[in-house]
Amino acid sequence: MSVSPLDFEKPISELDANIAELKRIAADPVLRKDALDRGIDIDEEIARIERRREEVMRQIFANLTPWNEVQMARHPQRPYTLDYVRLIFEDFMELHGDRINADDPAIVGGLARFNGRSVVVIGHQKGRDLKERQLRNFGSARPAGFRKALRLMKLAEKFRKPLITFVDTPAAEANLMAEEEGISRAIAVNLMEMAHLKTPIVTAIIGEGGSGGALGIAMGDRVVMLEHAIYSVIPPESCAAILKEFGRDRSRAPEAADALKLTARHAQAFGVVDEVLPEPLGGAHRDLQQTAKTLQEAIARHLEALDKKPLNVLLQERYERYRNIGKWHDPLQLIRTQLEVS
Amino acid sequence: MARGSWFKRPSRNGLTGKEVPSGLWLKCPKCNEILFARDVERNLSVCPHCNYHHRLPARKRIEITVDEGSFEEFDEHLLSTDPLDFPGYREKLEQARKDTGLTDAVVCGYARIGGHKVVLSVADFSFLGGSMGSVVGEKIVRAIERAIQERLPVVVFTANGGGARMFEGLLSLMQMAKTSAAVARLGEAGLPFIVVLTDPTMAGVYASYASLGDITFAEPGALIGFAGRRVGNQDMGTRLPDDFQTSEFQFRCGMIDRIVPRREMRSALASVLSLLCEEPTACL
Repeated sequence: MSVSPLDFEKPISELDANIAELKRIAADPVLRKDALDRGIDIDEEIARIERRREEVMRQIFANLTPWNEVQMARHPQRPYTLDYVRLIFEDFMELHGDRINADDPAIVGGLARFNGRSVVVIGHQKGRDLKERQLRNFGSARPAGFRKALRLMKLAEKFRKPLITFVDTPAAEANLMAEEEGISRAIAVNLMEMAHLKTPIVTAIIGEGGSGGALGIAMGDRVVMLEHAIYSVIPPESCAAILKEFGRDRSRAPEAADALKLTARHAQAFGVVDEVLPEPLGGAHRDLQQTAKTLQEAIARHLEALDKKPLNVLLQERYERYRNIGKWHDPLQLIRTQLEVS
Repeated sequence: MARGSWFKRPSRNGLTGKEVPSGLWLKCPKCNEILFARDVERNLSVCPHCNYHHRLPARKRIEITVDEGSFEEFDEHLLSTDPLDFPGYREKLEQARKDTGLTDAVVCGYARIGGHKVVLSVADFSFLGGSMGSVVGEKIVRAIERAIQERLPVVVFTANGGGARMFEGLLSLMQMAKTSAAVARLGEAGLPFIVVLTDPTMAGVYASYASLGDITFAEPGALIGFAGRRVGNQDMGTRLPDDFQTSEFQFRCGMIDRIVPRREMRSALASVLSLLCEEPTACL
């Protein structure tokens, strides 16, 4: 599959095709000589187009719209949780099952070593090919997934291991079976339990932060977010389909994406995300090693800061972190503050 | 007159659905019976014909639930802003305030139910679908924090069909985390969290504090679920049960302790309070 299948990536894939063609010529002595006879230095030509490509990429990625960010977060080549887990952790031992009736492959988790210390890691997992996508339900977790995650969170608490979570889901599963098995309750319990889980939690939003299904494993003491990830209360398509402002038309999702302010920068401005992590030019998938290194360093830095906090301080700060999110107008508070000042 | 409307047979009292004069008469949305409005109101807005529980404005709900004159509202001065500059939100807020006379979608305060002092929160569906934005989240959390401070149980009536309010984007989503964190603290303090699910309670509210009751009641026939029929991704060929996402469905799935008809709600709450909190004033 192409590395640049998105519409706005087309200029890149065109240049890539040019470069590939030139490299083919360069590799063939007859063609190479033929070009040279006509006064064309193939190597220089390749270098020129590669410079042009770099320039074009900078141009494109400096001007992404919110909808482009949605496309990036859902990019078919985007690295998923296990891609990072393999690079960031050692001795990952995946653990399975919710101990009630199922194991949901849309959420993976287990024990692992992070910079030499053992931790519990949990993340949504999407599939790469058609078969795996179906197996993992496109990263949409069922109640069993959230219950498995809860079980592993409790394991982290019991054995005092830090918890690291990776978020990448379009939404929680919403079909009949999910409803029967209590999807709402499964998410709600995770929110309540994460709020006072007695161990440090670092969350990384790596792709799609899809509403409640994302939040169900995302209540970190620290939350970092990759530059081209998104975090939203509703998929922009559904938002456009519901609201009269967008003509109740799913195809106007790009406008909804704009209105929803779902980019990493916005999430940081709202106080939901502590740090936006830069991705390699063109997105995480163009340099997985580099992105994994960025994530690893950020997680290490935040864990180290959390390690220093006594448990009661950690929990109090976590409570206040979530307690204080929101924007409202409180006239009484304003009057009170003014009285204090005077 | 619309094309083909000559074909419609007038209903037996001579009124078609759209022509029911407001005020005196109303039409039951469930059984389509034309009812004398005062009869319905006397019956706590329950259809005397088919037992359909009409949605209630928050003020009316409080009036029929708490001991007379015991409700003391707090935090009614909190107002939503438009932090995302979302198209149409300011106008919608203004309209909702005008239509309902409320400042936002929940009304919170102290009250007594059967003599038991409680912190009460009641949602109103007619304010932007009862959806939860920053103000609803903040009011719920303040209510719970007051309850912890004064050692009172919390009773919450939900009617939040809109779930998390999308006009406040991620900030609304985070109210799920915020309210659930407060419920966790209430639990640590050993105080009861009693949830009454009323029509409709969906999505972000059902997937947070509405699902975290120590005790969960529901009114009959209420719409309660995660994603609406339109939004949910049903596999091809899945036949949804007729009562999908109703109180009865959720009861069958083990999500609700009891389905309580409206006329019995006050006494059911009083009973559960007296069983959980043996002294009538302070809890435990």
